[in-house]
Amino acid sequence: MEENGHIVLKDVRKAFGPKHVLNGINISVPKGRSLVVIGGSGTGKSVMIKTILGIIRPDSGSITIGGEEVTKLSGKERDQFLLRFGMLFQGAALFDSLPVWENVAFGLIQGRNTPRIEARDIAIEKLRQVGLGPEVGALYPAELSGGMQKRVGLARAVAADPEIIFFDEPTTGLDPIMADVINNLIVDCVKRLGATTISITHDMASARKIADRIAMIHKGEIVWQGPARAVDSSGNPYVDQFIHGRAEGPIQMEVLKA
Amino acid sequence: MNFLANLGRVVLALLAEIGRIVIFLKDALLQGLTPTIYVRQILEQMLRIGYNSLPVVGLTAFFTGGALALQIYLGGSRFNAESLVSTIVALGITRELGPVLAGLMVAGRVGASIAAELGTMRVTEQIDALTTLATNPFKYLVGPRIVAGVITLPILVGIADTIGIMGGYIVGTRSLGFNSFAYIKNTVDFLHLDDVTSGLIKAAVFGFIITLMGCYHGFNSKGGAQGVGRATTNAVVSSAILILAANFALTSLLFSE
Ligand SMILES: Nc1ncnc2c1ncn2[C@@H]1O[C@H](COP(=O)(O)OP(=O)(O)O)[C@@H](O)[C@H]1O
Ligand SMILES: [Mg+2]
Repeated sequence: MEENGHIVLKDVRKAFGPKHVLNGINISVPKGRSLVVIGGSGTGKSVMIKTILGIIRPDSGSITIGGEEVTKLSGKERDQFLLRFGMLFQGAALFDSLPVWENVAFGLIQGRNTPRIEARDIAIEKLRQVGLGPEVGALYPAELSGGMQKRVGLARAVAADPEIIFFDEPTTGLDPIMADVINNLIVDCVKRLGATTISITHDMASARKIADRIAMIHKGEIVWQGPARAVDSSGNPYVDQFIHGRAEGPIQMEVLKA
Repeated sequence: MNFLANLGRVVLALLAEIGRIVIFLKDALLQGLTPTIYVRQILEQMLRIGYNSLPVVGLTAFFTGGALALQIYLGGSRFNAESLVSTIVALGITRELGPVLAGLMVAGRVGASIAAELGTMRVTEQIDALTTLATNPFKYLVGPRIVAGVITLPILVGIADTIGIMGGYIVGTRSLGFNSFAYIKNTVDFLHLDDVTSGLIKAAVFGFIITLMGCYHGFNSKGGAQGVGRATTNAVVSSAILILAANFALTSLLFSE
């Protein structure tokens, strides 16, 4: 399958001490397409994204971007490689020592040596694209609501027009209306940039809106993947349990075992 | 048996921690202190470490200098050697108490705040965010703090030395009845340059220790607010111990020259 995938993971494994988090992940995302990874908390979704970015080194397996193996990159090469990415973190992860506009412009100023004034204009424009006025640029992250922080995180992720964007739980913790606003913004931004994206979520409304393809992860393995519209008729017990939010099924919450 | 097993576990844990610190030190030196240099960050940290520590360090030095003068006067009077007060205050402050007390105070203030700040950045994924924005956190966060610490602590200690000696002078002239001119002349005549420089060298080393420990514990904190709290405590305790150990080592070294 998908030899021509833009992002390809083959048999990626990662354990923290005795704890096996990724147990052989295989996914492939074609250029310009959007994969949504669904799955419960603690199943290794964030770890998977971080192995692609090189924040976490996988124990084994191969990760290629545009055909280039990236797990062994380091130093300057890695920084160069990271310039092609944008990432929206689960908790937005805004730098709280910097005003909003500098957060958005950070990758331009530090990573690409864009002059501050120019970077500032770009930041204001990106803020506008996520529905925030220029006055927000001067505020500090701590002065913003959760939804606004997510939008700023989104603006920062797309500020340098990356070719690949990752969204880690973009709608978690938001009310349904704000969640939908963020979903629309993601779809807009991705369309505008033509970027390849992987999004992580456990919000099915969000998944349906963003995804071309959906993959379900459970205990560090992909247990199902297919086109977004097939998710309701997958016939896969894990997927069925997850999208209907049932306590009974093959996915057993480790409530009592802990 | 059980005792030996426990002892073994403690020793192993300690060695593992030392190993982690050495690896962090390697990254800090090879990545953090090589170009790109973030001048803006260095200046910001110098201001934060130096300027904001001035009141605590100044007060500590002042009172210590005063107390030292009283003690030496008391001790000296048993040998009819009260006249040594000014010289020994100056020696004690510049060689020993200035750097050590300033080091410990800064460890408490700055070491803790570096660990808390970087620890929070770690648990809220801000450090990961830096990486994904193609900015090496060792260069952007660790390097500037270490450089600022190494530059700033000697400056702080220089000021502490001056204030400490002044504390001794005030007590000496106001309550011990020394002649003001003679006190100053004694201090200047008997204080050697290497008394001061040896203290400043110590200060630079302490600045390195404090910032390195603050960064190390901050970087490695995990598990939310509690983890950050633990990192803060560990940063202060470990840098205080390392400062005292390094002080002894440096004193022996500088002494034997
Ligand atoms: N740096 C780390 N060190 C140790 N364990 C980790 C680390 N990062 C994640 N884990 C563990 O890996 C598991 C999966 O985490 P994660 O990928 O964040 O889950 P999620 O699917 O909710 O995003 C969790 O049990 C977590 O405790
Ligand atoms: Mg996660």
